[in-house]
Amino acid sequence: MAKPTASPLRTGLVHLALGAYTLIALFPVFLVVINSFKDRASIFRDPLGLPTPATFSLIGYNTVLTQGDFVLYFQNSFIVTAVSIFFVLLFGAMAAFALSEYRFKGNTMMGLYLALGIMIPIRLGTVAILQGMVAAGLVNTLTALILVYTAQGLPLAVFILTEFMRTVSDDLKNAGRIDGLSEYSIFFRLVLPLIRPAMATVAVFTMIPIWNDLWFPLILAPSDATKTVTLGSQVFIGQFVTNWNAVLAALTLAILPVLVLYLIFSRQLIRGITSGAVK
Amino acid sequence: MSTVEQSSIDRGEDKRSRRWHILVFLLPALIVYTAVMILPLIETLRLSLFNVKDGQSVFVGLGNFNVLFGDPRWAASFWNALRNNFVFFLIHMLVQNPIGVALAALLSVPKLRFGAFYRTAMFLPTLLSFVIVGFIWKLILSPIWGVSPYLLDLVGLKSIFSPWLGKPSSALITVSLISVWQYIGIPMMLIYAAMLNIPDEVLEAAECDGVTGWSQFWKIKLPLILPAIGIISILTFVGNFNAFDLIYTVQGALAGPDGSTDILGTLLYRTFFGFQLQIGDRSMGATIATVMFLIILSGVCLYLFAIQRRMRRYQF
Repeated sequence: MAKPTASPLRTGLVHLALGAYTLIALFPVFLVVINSFKDRASIFRDPLGLPTPATFSLIGYNTVLTQGDFVLYFQNSFIVTAVSIFFVLLFGAMAAFALSEYRFKGNTMMGLYLALGIMIPIRLGTVAILQGMVAAGLVNTLTALILVYTAQGLPLAVFILTEFMRTVSDDLKNAGRIDGLSEYSIFFRLVLPLIRPAMATVAVFTMIPIWNDLWFPLILAPSDATKTVTLGSQVFIGQFVTNWNAVLAALTLAILPVLVLYLIFSRQLIRGITSGAVK
Repeated sequence: MSTVEQSSIDRGEDKRSRRWHILVFLLPALIVYTAVMILPLIETLRLSLFNVKDGQSVFVGLGNFNVLFGDPRWAASFWNALRNNFVFFLIHMLVQNPIGVALAALLSVPKLRFGAFYRTAMFLPTLLSFVIVGFIWKLILSPIWGVSPYLLDLVGLKSIFSPWLGKPSSALITVSLISVWQYIGIPMMLIYAAMLNIPDEVLEAAECDGVTGWSQFWKIKLPLILPAIGIISILTFVGNFNAFDLIYTVQGALAGPDGSTDILGTLLYRTFFGFQLQIGDRSMGATIATVMFLIILSGVCLYLFAIQRRMRRYQF
């Protein structure tokens, strides 16, 4: 079935190159995960060996779970990410609907204004954001993080969703109008269900930078009660830097949720990128 | 708000003079975005023109910028951070993007087996947080653990190992390469997508004319994916010039050794919040943020007005 150009040798070389890079991409992660299950001596004696019954040890996990407050950090990260995504999707879809469905004065300007934030990072306004949060009494609350991340995610969400909403058929919406649906029910009951795939793409794109962010948790919510898992592991590892078991276990615990989510959603994510959502 | 005024050509059916629902749809996004993103950004730009004298906020014009560019206490670390930031960006452009293009070209070989597996695996590092990536590499490159000398020994290169992260001469390159390792998935995916969009007829026509393999890549595919490479370059530029997390994780807020990995993001953090003996300085923090804003803005404008417009786009 091969095309005339694809000789077995060439195919072999392609697989060799891709396989080599796959190894480079996965090996460091693999190394950390296997060593987190070994005792201290064998981490150093045989770093590449898989844990065997003789070298198996959970002492690192023990330290992490007793010393660090990782359950709380996970909970904080989860709340911040979930609530931010919810608002990004809701507000973003509403604004995208207004921009794609109605003609009004300043429509294009509004679209450009909202698109500014795709290229200009919100981080540059940190000095004044912190000032504003202090004034509003929101420092060291999850609300501060949710507000910042919602603002950060909106520009790209509006941009992608506007493109998608233009593809929803006008006939359907007009049929709804003739049946006496209000503009709000047209949006919530007709349009939203149709753009669900695009919403999933936006959700994944929004989620990754929020979950992984270190800057804003460090600046706006560094207290013990509001640490996210990224900041929590940063601080924890900084304190336990010589306790290799604990460091490796903390890293593995931080990788795990990302890994599981990625294995579930990788199809969705890769299809989202390659279907031209970011053209 | 004038945006809700009725326009004469109406797409919807309703002909009321004010269409409140448009406002309702737009308002939540507009309020959050303006209040948390745009206004603080403007306020930060404004703050860069003020400084505190005798406990009072005084308008100093471009005085803060003069201090940043010229005063011996600031200028050395600022120019050092700016130069490092350009090196950081250059390494990304020279290493990350060519490897990304190469991987995408290999992935788009027709009828490739395990393609989905390779894609999934190579994109994984991009999803990990900087903290994870930073510490993983810190451990692997650590002379105490000895994993990297051991691995280099397997290929007979043990002699080149040195504590790269600890030496001022190699630390910046090492950190940049760690960042490349993390982010290579993005150029790979975007270019892979651009290559998938090249119609088969074009490639078949090329094959009929005897243009195959390497020359097909250089003459047919590369010109067609240039717009994607342009987008990746500007994304890399914006990302690099507000980078902070990875350096903070790997080298700490002082961006050691001896400031050799200091970039604008870490300088902003130290200036604004202070670190160890240094006291936080809001005005100078705002000034550095403004400089970063101007750099990013000029990069984006250069891309939008000079590069993107001249780029030929092909319609199929």
